[in-house]
Amino acid sequence: MRWGSSASSSGQRGGDITSLISDLPGNCSIATNTVYTLWLREMLRFRRSKSRIIGSLATPLFFLVILGTAFNSSFQMRGGGDTNIGFLTPGIIGMSILFSSLMGGVSILWDREFGFLKEILIAPVPRFFVALGKALGGVTTAMIQGTMIMIVALFLGVEYQSYLGMLTSVGIMLLIGLGFIGLGIALASQIESHEGFQMIMTFITMPVLLLSGAFYKIGDLPMWLKTLTYLDPLTYGIAALRYTLMGESEIPIIICLIVLVLFAATTIGLGGYLFSRAKA
Amino acid sequence: MDTLAIETVNLTCKFEDLIAVDHLNLQVKKGELFGLLGPNGAGKTTLINMLSTMILPSEGHAKVWDFDVKKTPSQVRQNIGVVFQGFTLDDRLSGRENLDIHGRLYGLSKHMRKQRIKEVLELVELQDKADVLVKTYSGGMMRRLEIARGLMHHPKVLFLDEPTLGLDPQTRNHIWNYIRCLNRDENVTIMLTTHYMEEADHLCNRIAIIDSGRIQALDTPENLKNSLGGDVVKLVVDNEEIASALCKLYIKNGCAGNVHWKKSSIFITIKDGAHKIPHILTIASGANINILSVDLHRPTLDDVFLSHTGRAIREEETSEMGKFSFQFRTARR
Repeated sequence: MRWGSSASSSGQRGGDITSLISDLPGNCSIATNTVYTLWLREMLRFRRSKSRIIGSLATPLFFLVILGTAFNSSFQMRGGGDTNIGFLTPGIIGMSILFSSLMGGVSILWDREFGFLKEILIAPVPRFFVALGKALGGVTTAMIQGTMIMIVALFLGVEYQSYLGMLTSVGIMLLIGLGFIGLGIALASQIESHEGFQMIMTFITMPVLLLSGAFYKIGDLPMWLKTLTYLDPLTYGIAALRYTLMGESEIPIIICLIVLVLFAATTIGLGGYLFSRAKA
Repeated sequence: MDTLAIETVNLTCKFEDLIAVDHLNLQVKKGELFGLLGPNGAGKTTLINMLSTMILPSEGHAKVWDFDVKKTPSQVRQNIGVVFQGFTLDDRLSGRENLDIHGRLYGLSKHMRKQRIKEVLELVELQDKADVLVKTYSGGMMRRLEIARGLMHHPKVLFLDEPTLGLDPQTRNHIWNYIRCLNRDENVTIMLTTHYMEEADHLCNRIAIIDSGRIQALDTPENLKNSLGGDVVKLVVDNEEIASALCKLYIKNGCAGNVHWKKSSIFITIKDGAHKIPHILTIASGANINILSVDLHRPTLDDVFLSHTGRAIREEETSEMGKFSFQFRTARR
């Protein structure tokens, strides 16, 4: 048996950390292999869903073009010389990452619905890494979409700070995506039916998006609303994107990075844990 | 020990107040094609789920290929293939991709995957459809692909949960052939569940009849049928009361055999049935009971099931069908 004794780590109720560490080299190859396999599956599916790619780009672009133009003629953005569309772009990229990564995590509900979840759960691999692979797959698609919006915005006349900034922002997208896909996996592992999906969309996506400062500056808000925006992890993601793309941010970049890394680590850990206890 | 593929000791599974599998003791030898026969809700799927480590037993032990399902679930998983009752394919991927993902999850090398995919596709005759999306497959093709996938990693034991449920008779025959083939040629121990009598009868070396989470009988299909001790004489009378009264009468008359009744039918298992029919009819006419029809047949697994559980295996199914047609009728109104 190739897996040998190391594979005992994938118990029915999740990976046992001590045995994971005790047989590190063997587990590493299983872990990488599992993560890669699940990532590969997401990529194969993504490649085929052209309508999904177009659809997922259309919404943010509508926001960008319509809101950007409307804001331009309605308000004068205070501070900073850039145009409203330039201000909006990082927010819209953040929004698209939020949508597609949450969706990616929640897609476990569809796997359950169509039975494929059983095939994954019966495999002799640690479920934590299954969840991680699924997360990375979903985040990759989210990053591709985010990058496409970034490039399209370039053609709409948005001027980015630098190429390096654009490159760094892809890394920020990864962090934001990991955070929310972990959240999606955690929720999907707890919800037994796909009816709960609408609840998630309404009670998580909307508040998270609207409180994030994607569409406005945080500095001028009343105290109660400002407090709420600071509790929203996406606020830090969008602030970081604004920093890397536009070179300005209302929140220091180092704080943004700390919050994003902590958020991603927490939700991925939680998602992996809850997924390993999930029922088929 | 070495000859056993599956062994359970007092294996039990409770769901809240329902006992799905009740202190079950079972031994399946290596190389066997073993059938679990029982009505819906008898506990077959729960048993398979426990043996395949999908759910934890509440009590008792089970070993698959000498690995304990509680203590070493991963080794059990590495050594088994499972074809679940519902479909578990990714329909947005092609058949080949489904097999490839499976091979990767079970740690097969690139070369092994390529070779094995070719082999299992040939076995289930899906080579032509390998690169088509599973979405476009028919039910029978999906089932065949699932069987192929279950075999990818050379499992020692293959679990098939209702492998032909909902398939047309022709496809069913096809799948029976594959199952026989891989039991014989690939030397895979197979445990399958079914509630089709013919399926269990045609395919399995040994059958366990399961009802209410317990094994009611276990033997080869031949022995099970012979155990009834003769032929089955079936009498149909006007209604249930008459049937039960006549039943008692036969028992009082010391009818040397097994007597059961179900609805308005009476089943008498008796040696040399053909010669006993006149006597049976005489008793009935002596009591002034009108017999509508008489039938004599060699015992089937249906009769075995009836004699062990006191009911026919298809009972629930027919009542469900009744419900459906009722709904259909009301819907049309």
